[in-house]
Amino acid sequence: MNQAAAPAPARIELVCPAGGLPALKAAVEHGADCVYAGFKDETNARNFTGLNFDQAGLREGIRHAHAHGVKVLLALNTYPTSASFPRWERAVDRAADLGADAVILADAGLMEYAHRAHPELRLHLSVQASATSYEAINFYHRHFGIRRAVLPRVLSAAQVENVVAHTPVEIEVFGFGGLCVMVEGRCALSAYVTGDGPNCTGACSPGKAVRWEQTAEGVETRLNGVLVDRYAPGERSAYPTLCKGRYQVGGQTYYAIEEPASLNTLELLPELARAGIRAIKIEGRQRSPAYVAQVTRIWREAIDRCLRDPAAFAPAPAWIAALNKVSEGQTHTLGAYSRPWK
Amino acid sequence: MEMKLSLAPLPYYWPRSRTLAFYREVESMPVDIVYLGETVCSRRHELRAADWIDIARAIAAAGKEAVLSTQALIESESDLKVVRRLVENDGFRVEANEMGAVRLLAERRVPFVAGASLNVYNERTLALLARLGAMRWVAPHEMNRAMLEALRCGAPAGVECEVFAWGRLPLAWSARCFTARHFNLQKDTCEFRCIEFPDGLEVKTRDAEDFLVLNGIQTQSHKVHDLLPDSAALREAGVDIARIGPQSSGTAEIARLFRAAIEGSLTPGEADARARPHMPADPCNGFWHGRPGFERVGDRGQKSP
Repeated sequence: MNQAAAPAPARIELVCPAGGLPALKAAVEHGADCVYAGFKDETNARNFTGLNFDQAGLREGIRHAHAHGVKVLLALNTYPTSASFPRWERAVDRAADLGADAVILADAGLMEYAHRAHPELRLHLSVQASATSYEAINFYHRHFGIRRAVLPRVLSAAQVENVVAHTPVEIEVFGFGGLCVMVEGRCALSAYVTGDGPNCTGACSPGKAVRWEQTAEGVETRLNGVLVDRYAPGERSAYPTLCKGRYQVGGQTYYAIEEPASLNTLELLPELARAGIRAIKIEGRQRSPAYVAQVTRIWREAIDRCLRDPAAFAPAPAWIAALNKVSEGQTHTLGAYSRPWK
Repeated sequence: MEMKLSLAPLPYYWPRSRTLAFYREVESMPVDIVYLGETVCSRRHELRAADWIDIARAIAAAGKEAVLSTQALIESESDLKVVRRLVENDGFRVEANEMGAVRLLAERRVPFVAGASLNVYNERTLALLARLGAMRWVAPHEMNRAMLEALRCGAPAGVECEVFAWGRLPLAWSARCFTARHFNLQKDTCEFRCIEFPDGLEVKTRDAEDFLVLNGIQTQSHKVHDLLPDSAALREAGVDIARIGPQSSGTAEIARLFRAAIEGSLTPGEADARARPHMPADPCNGFWHGRPGFERVGDRGQKSP
């Protein structure tokens, strides 16, 4: 067999988080192809205090990114209610007027608006739309001409490949960062406990509902009064995200849903490249510019090396060590991409 | 017109004989619409698509509307095959629980029900789905009364509105099976242990408070979302159909009490008091009142613990 006859893998864009201007600049400097960002309100799924962009900030961010050949994708990926719909429409208009390279949307009604009002604006389907099959992705392609879809973190690598093979839409997958173990867009755990959730208010396990308490039994973390975990002296405590707490099931106390670990798919990069994915997303708009710089730099190097010579690709131990250091729980998992995890 | 009652698809995995016996009982329950099918996990095989279609025939023969519900989380080509099988059935309406099913139903130009997991939060999305054939939509569980009323103002005419009004709330879906995880099993070799938990596997916090139940890849509330006390408010808000979730016992009694509250032979408060013995856990109704879902808001709007 002539190995050289195999087609070169398509370019894979590195899509990095920008929770603010410093993070955006860090991503641009360290090799992102795209950054994704949101406005300072509940129109995006990382609606946290101190994060995101006002209009002037985004204008500056887009100017800076474009000056360096980097695209800016604007996440407007929460679900507007009837009363708030006009505000989401204005957010789409603002994104288009400011020159965003694409908007990332979840709500079908909002997508219809964007498609009609801004036919030139590139539409990406947010992970919050919960589209896991090519039939679902092709629905949005047929009706709104979406150019890219971000897959929820539920498919195995083989299933990702099957999706790619059956759709003209570019596929973006999560490569690194906090791991949503639930199908995004279909998780009401946070809303059930706090009244705020990713779908409607753009916040999961929001900070205002968090309490850390020193008790006789150790440090307790609570979310709106619900005990998410309790830490013995010397145990490292974590932010009380509901799906990553320790609970009692059948007399055992353990991480009943998921451990606090980050997703890291570096070792699957050649497989994902062969599957034909077109972009890899780094999670973490709520993280620091230092995190963004570190993770972007490593993933840039990894993607370049993988595309140059996929057969010889292996993640450098130094990359893994550096990424674990910035990971939740200082450890990582392949998540659903690897079947045994399921 | 009086509000109708529906029975949600059975979310749990029960042995075949128990499931068949349950649906024989459903034939005489005072519900108007029965949603059928495996919506949670494709590995469950006590009943296949053909079995569900057989049950649909019996339900229809009993004078009720039978609807086939599609799986909410689609992962594989074989999952899609089952969706196509349901979409292409002749005679029974289909409830689409993800956009792939919507696409297939719209292509066939058959009227369908837009399920709660399609995330219809505004009338623009509803109008789009109505143009594609949705004749009914189920509100997302997080949706509160004010959101629903605002949506109803601009909603396309003739599309029925259904609200989940009784049962443990389906709060999340995952690729991972948490029941298998509890037994240190992988999903692919799960031994179908969820069949041992007819109302789900209970999860408590470390201070022994009831919190969630695990139902395979689905996570549910431990509390029972109970809108019986709010049944008059549902009607006022323009809800056409109240949906009841099946549970291992007492489902028929719950349906009778909803019916009594709707017809006015019992006040909603009386009906709710009589429903208490059939409730597998404490009630909640926070979502309907714009509060955290696990809260219970009383008749006069006050919060109770």
